[in-house]
Amino acid sequence: MDALALSRLQFAVTSMFHFIFVPLTLGLSILVAYMESRYVRTADETYLRMTKFWGKLFLINFALGIVTGITMEFQFGMNWAEYSKYVGDIFGAPLAIEATVAFFLESTFIGLWVFGWNKLSKRAHAVSIWLVAVATNLSALWILLANGWMQHPVGYTLRNNRAEMTDFVALVTNSYGWLKFFHTLLSGYVIAAFFVMGISAYHLLKRNDLNFFRRSFRTAATFGLLSSILIFLVGDFHAAEVAKTQPTKFAAMESVWETKQGADYNLIVVPDPANERNSVEAIGIPKLMSFLAFGNAQAEVKGLKEFTPAERPPLLPTFISFRLMIISGVLFVLLTIIAFFASRGDTLDSRTTLLTIMLYALPLPYLAAQFGWIVAEVGRQPWIVYGVLKTSDAVSKAVSPAQVWASLIGFTFLYGFLAVVDIYLLTKTAKKGPDSDLSAIIKTARTQEV
Amino acid sequence: MAFQIIWFVLWGVLWAVYFMLDGFDFGAGMLYNFISADETEKRIVTHTIAPVWNGNEVWLITAGGATFAAFPTTYALMFSYLYSALLLVLFSLIVRGVSLEFREKSDSPAWKKGWDIGIFLGSFLPALLFGVAFGNIFHGLPMDADGYHGSLLSLLNPYGLLTGALFVLLFLVHGAIYLAVKTSGGLAEKAAGLANKIWVVLLVVAVAFLAYTYFATNLYANYFSTYVLLIVPVLAVLSLLAIRLFAAKGQYLKSFFASCLTIVMVTSTGVIGLYPNLIPSSLDPNHSLTIFNSSSSVYTLKIMTVVALIFVPIVIAYQIWTYRVFRQKTTPLDIAAEKESY
Ligand code: HDD
Ligand code: HEM
Ligand code: HEM
Repeated sequence: MDALALSRLQFAVTSMFHFIFVPLTLGLSILVAYMESRYVRTADETYLRMTKFWGKLFLINFALGIVTGITMEFQFGMNWAEYSKYVGDIFGAPLAIEATVAFFLESTFIGLWVFGWNKLSKRAHAVSIWLVAVATNLSALWILLANGWMQHPVGYTLRNNRAEMTDFVALVTNSYGWLKFFHTLLSGYVIAAFFVMGISAYHLLKRNDLNFFRRSFRTAATFGLLSSILIFLVGDFHAAEVAKTQPTKFAAMESVWETKQGADYNLIVVPDPANERNSVEAIGIPKLMSFLAFGNAQAEVKGLKEFTPAERPPLLPTFISFRLMIISGVLFVLLTIIAFFASRGDTLDSRTTLLTIMLYALPLPYLAAQFGWIVAEVGRQPWIVYGVLKTSDAVSKAVSPAQVWASLIGFTFLYGFLAVVDIYLLTKTAKKGPDSDLSAIIKTARTQEV
Repeated sequence: MAFQIIWFVLWGVLWAVYFMLDGFDFGAGMLYNFISADETEKRIVTHTIAPVWNGNEVWLITAGGATFAAFPTTYALMFSYLYSALLLVLFSLIVRGVSLEFREKSDSPAWKKGWDIGIFLGSFLPALLFGVAFGNIFHGLPMDADGYHGSLLSLLNPYGLLTGALFVLLFLVHGAIYLAVKTSGGLAEKAAGLANKIWVVLLVVAVAFLAYTYFATNLYANYFSTYVLLIVPVLAVLSLLAIRLFAAKGQYLKSFFASCLTIVMVTSTGVIGLYPNLIPSSLDPNHSLTIFNSSSSVYTLKIMTVVALIFVPIVIAYQIWTYRVFRQKTTPLDIAAEKESY
């Protein structure tokens, strides 16, 4: 493999690994902050125990999100030097802003939250975790505005052999970036909801600490239902935006070969890329694709044949990932509706089938989110900045394949090791359940009140 | 023109503050295995840095981000030229982070032992490698129209290694004094004793560094053309002496501020000497990366200046506040009480 292929593989490995931890942080920080606020409001100790238990799991995950994030910050320069030179004028700004505005806030207040139980007032302590939650969500905004610019470049001009920023406001108000932001945040909320429901289901099935886990499940089910419905809606807008701005990606997502007006949406499609056609197209809904993409049943949908093969993204990964994401999206809406209503009454712990399903559904939103990134990133190929710079022109010139081999192997071992430790710690902590020894917790929480 | 200079100054400030803050984390992390007699002392040492190391590390992330935004060509070339060295820094920082976060998560001695090694390596290697990297930057990298002609091994030249040793020693003294401030009893005494001893070695290496710099680099040229700048290296030397004076009187907090000032002034001495280069070329000055030929457009620099003027003071304010919240010494009592907060 050459340095380009290796660098692509390394970027995919490290960013997808980072994105295992990121979304749980986005959602769980909000849930934990909500629990602690409830404790401050109601003085109900179950909420304090919830804060502590889910907070512990949050922290294990958070640590890995942080250490894998540093890699992300460095590797644009390390592996993608030509890219960094070419677009740094624009792309560097949101990254620097992310660090200044969000990472400082998050990293400082997480320290206060963890070690401040008996140094801060109850209220100030709850405010710290809210600030962490706000900061992580804010960091997502800036990085996704950066990524949104790569998907749909705006507010720039080509000058001095590079892209230079001409309109910061356009960058910050890029609708593509904002759609990405909402869609990705919501994916984190869905993941966090399924995480809490899954672990709660495990304990409810074992009949541990029923009151605690019923309440946790109910909170998560509400959060999950809202998020699943919203992500579905935002996803539709997102797809329409893609159709408008990246016709090659849209055609690959839906496996459309021929340009057509009033295109149908086929529920079942089996692509045959070798012959540039679909071998099966069945259960078509007339004109639905044109309508979904452009809000107009007669609109023209461009097919892949409109573009030379060199301009087309890899079809199968884009198409399959997109289908799987949508199927998951529908499934999550159904599951959270059932979970929501089941968690209302007092019969939740007797619904063993539902609880078993929710336990095994825990990894599914993680997969859906990874599929989402594959659609977004693979579907953008061969461009690194759509229509402006090819990925093949972006790779570092000074870095040899041997160096990237070494780093890729290094990352694989290190990240593999981290994954093992993380899974070990999460399962251990999750299985152990919350501390029943309230006195210790309350002592630490109370000393601050004097 | 002016905006490039503003960002050059900010660039130097970000690195200086980063070394000043994460420097004591590195120092405490390097000393950690050797200074603590038992498990309680170990936990006291990690607890002195646990609430703040992450916030300190973000200064590095910001320094990286600011280089990207303000001097993208330097970001691109520096990071790809120093690929292997940076990779090692990256791996070490990852290891340090998880070691600090996960050490307390199990009571098994083997588990703890493993993370103890991680804390040491994750503190020592970045301290050394940052020094080596900056030494080579001060000296200039072998680059010309055809790109870069160095390797990981060529970075380990005598001047680079001397700068590496200087950084390690600076951080060791800095961390030891931090521990003398933040702990009590035998641990604090041991830390103070070590600080005094290592300080002597530091002084020798610092003098050697200043002398070698004259022969190995061009850093002094700016000082000889603008004498007032000499105040910075002079302050570096004075504050280095002040560390010892205050420590000898048992005034560790003052001694710690003196070592903060030393690190800031040492970094500034190097950065001022570089101007207007960010990375000089050791082969051909025409291929040096300067703040003018590697910068972003003035438009971008203006936007980033506004952002920095608004947010950096806010960050400094809440970080100072955090240090005040955690200003007390860490004691065995805290360790017992905090068992659950992990
Ligand atoms: C530079 C901005 C940038 C940002 C913010 C992201 N990506 Fe990306 N991504 C790229 C830039 C990029 C790229 C440099 O363009 C890659 C590397 C090589 C390639 O083909 O595209 C890429 C590839 C790439 C691939 C493999 C595509 C392929 O090899 O063909 C995946 C699965 C992801 N990315 C996933 C992610 C995830 C999970 C991100 C969030 C954490 C993410 N990307 C943010
Ligand atoms: C590809 C570009 C990316 C870069 C350069 C990057 C960089 C970083 C860095 C340096 C950190 C560590 C911050 C710290 O030490 O506190 C971090 C953490 C984080 N990043 Fe990323 N990141 C990228 C992609 C993303 C995306 C796409 C998201 C979300 C949508 C995201 C969300 C987060 C969050 C929430 C954290 C907090 C730590 C955690 O997850 O536990 N990042 N990132
Ligand atoms: C069912 C409805 C859904 C639709 C219509 C939808 C649509 C889309 C589209 C079109 C993209 C590509 C955007 C681009 O190319 O830039 C995308 C990306 C993505 N999707 Fe979905 N999605 C849905 C459900 C989900 C679910 C349930 C999850 C996760 C829980 C998810 C997570 C993601 C992520 C993480 C990305 C990458 C970031 C981004 O581009 O926003 N999606 N989605």
